[in-house]
Amino acid sequence: MTVESTAARKPRRTSGTKRASAKRTPQPKTSEPPLVQLLTPEGERVEHPDYAVDLTPEELRGLYRDMVLTRRFDAEATALQRQGELGLWASLLGQEAAQIGSGRALRDDDYVFPTYREHGVAWCRGVDPTNLLGMFRGVNHGGWDPATNNFHLYTIVIGSQTLHATGYAMGVAKDGADSAVIAYFGDGASSQGDVAESFTFSAVYNAPVVFFCQNNQWAISEPTEKQTRVPLYQRAQGFGFPGVRVDGNDVLACLAVTRSALERARRGEGPTLVEAFTYRMGAHTTSDDPTKYRADEETESWQAKDPILRLRRYLERQGLADEAFFAALEEESETLGKRVRDVVRAMPQPDSLAIFDHVYADGHALVDEERAQFTAYQASFEDAAGEGNGSEGGN
Amino acid sequence: MSVQKLPLAKAINESLRKALETDPKVLIMGEDVGKLGGVFRVTDGLQKDFGEGRVIDTPLAESGIVGTAIGLALRGYRPVVEIQFDGFVFPAYDQIVTQLAKMHARALGKIKMPVVIRIPYGGGIGAVEHHSESPEALFAHVAGLKIVSPSTSSDAYWMMQQAIQSDDPVIFFEPKRRYWDKSEVNTEAIPGPLHRARVAREGTDLTLAAYGPMVKVCLEAATAAEEEGRSLEVLDLRSMSPIDFDTIQTSVEKTRRLVVVHEAPVFYGSGAEIAARVTERCFYHLEAPVLRVGGYHAPYPPARLEDEYLPGLDRVLDAVDRSLAY
Repeated sequence: MTVESTAARKPRRTSGTKRASAKRTPQPKTSEPPLVQLLTPEGERVEHPDYAVDLTPEELRGLYRDMVLTRRFDAEATALQRQGELGLWASLLGQEAAQIGSGRALRDDDYVFPTYREHGVAWCRGVDPTNLLGMFRGVNHGGWDPATNNFHLYTIVIGSQTLHATGYAMGVAKDGADSAVIAYFGDGASSQGDVAESFTFSAVYNAPVVFFCQNNQWAISEPTEKQTRVPLYQRAQGFGFPGVRVDGNDVLACLAVTRSALERARRGEGPTLVEAFTYRMGAHTTSDDPTKYRADEETESWQAKDPILRLRRYLERQGLADEAFFAALEEESETLGKRVRDVVRAMPQPDSLAIFDHVYADGHALVDEERAQFTAYQASFEDAAGEGNGSEGGN
Repeated sequence: MSVQKLPLAKAINESLRKALETDPKVLIMGEDVGKLGGVFRVTDGLQKDFGEGRVIDTPLAESGIVGTAIGLALRGYRPVVEIQFDGFVFPAYDQIVTQLAKMHARALGKIKMPVVIRIPYGGGIGAVEHHSESPEALFAHVAGLKIVSPSTSSDAYWMMQQAIQSDDPVIFFEPKRRYWDKSEVNTEAIPGPLHRARVAREGTDLTLAAYGPMVKVCLEAATAAEEEGRSLEVLDLRSMSPIDFDTIQTSVEKTRRLVVVHEAPVFYGSGAEIAARVTERCFYHLEAPVLRVGGYHAPYPPARLEDEYLPGLDRVLDAVDRSLAY
């Protein structure tokens, strides 16, 4: 069976998606399957037979605000890296709709397992964005308490967190709770064994987990074609649960599809795979150089599908937001940017003895011994300085 | 039951049963741990008595077992997972090293990882490849993990209780060839600290330090040496991370000679670490270099050769002779 014939058997196409698909350039070599879309790149609302959203103007403006502030925060972090204030930054530019749409579908008692790029989801969970920057500045490996916002620490090893999410969801089911769990990962992670194992475990135990794959088309320099021969959402079928591809640049569709998957999990019907079809507009991280491996035309074609622009067009066309709203948001963005700058620059150098903190919960004789040795070693410099010899060792 | 003679495997079984009874958050997970009771029957009867929700037969995927155990621990459970054989732990090595070991530290102490990973290890049972290995050093090298191995039924019972109560991840290496050895267990005793070494036999001329399956070999060596008028002290280290260097130091300062014995390859093994530390701590007490007896830098051999590969009575006594010859 060819990829084309598999795709052709999935009749999910609406007139809205047809229009959007026709404009997509350049197209991948194989014909792409349809995706759930509720807001076209031009900002037109379209209906989908399986997914509906009915949001108030305030909620729509809220989604817009979330995306704008997340993008502003992200841009500030990139700038801070360029200024030498951060060692690295992984930008979410272009993926705001996927993250805000899915993030706003969650309830407070749901639990999130992010990768290292889920700055928009963190925003939705109420994690202060400055907390995300500690690890990128190199002052900690994660500066927030996961239990406060039900938002786990960023996970850097690709795909590992999908198993943690599955285990957590198994625990939710054991507890008889009706909350759900969401695991974020990317197209590159879809090749990891841990992701396949998480699909197996969650299906076998019917765990209330949503696998939210942001297919941003690139795993550093490798296109999705280097990871898979079938559309990623179709992988779910082989594991025995549904998969759906959603327009990852359409915040309304991402919200509707994620909400539906979470409800399904809450009802005890098990996992769902959501493939949010989106695009990494920036580099993989600030250390990456996309000009080495992808064409400008491709990036430009996705520019036309920008998630923020399309919602703005919709809000303006429908008269749901006025100039004052956009101006106030612009001001709020700048305030956020300044706060992020100030907080990052003021982050204290960690105490060197922090190396030995929290290695174990119940202590460990070797850690205690090495901490004592290190303390004595450092004190030896202070003693030397105290003797007034002014040697370099005193520093 | 208070004092009774039990095979080592049964002592672990009783300990797991006690933990399941005492703490509703304790779960048993692994391949074939349910109806079958595990390939060594260590979990025999537990699923029948505690149900499929507490004693969980998992898919055949070690990374998945450990990865989901981490998630369950995040939810407040205390999973005790079984890796069926030593050589099968490696698919889970990534989850153990990059996730389980570091979670507490990277969360600045806000997350605890009370996960026990049980691994039947070591050779001597005539098994096919990947069923006889001793990978403890590969885990002891990783900060955030605690590594223990009992050699008696009493330790098997009590160290498992303590491992399950620990808020740190513990890799529990079970000496599989000793599973059927019977010794006394007092389930009402007050156990000593989990990570303290035990003087298994007192002596004055040389110290043999071992753990897990090699403790018995060392005790036999001490008995044999006694017939030649040599008094050997035998230490059962019990814990490979942390290692109780104080007890080793006390013994070596008395006997002035040390031979470390383990099944794992000598190269980069725990004996190397012990030799280095003892050299630092006891330099002026030593009458001979610290010697090591263990596996060779070769893949674990086919079963017909394992008696030559594994440290046995004669190889231990040969090292004792060499040490005493200095």
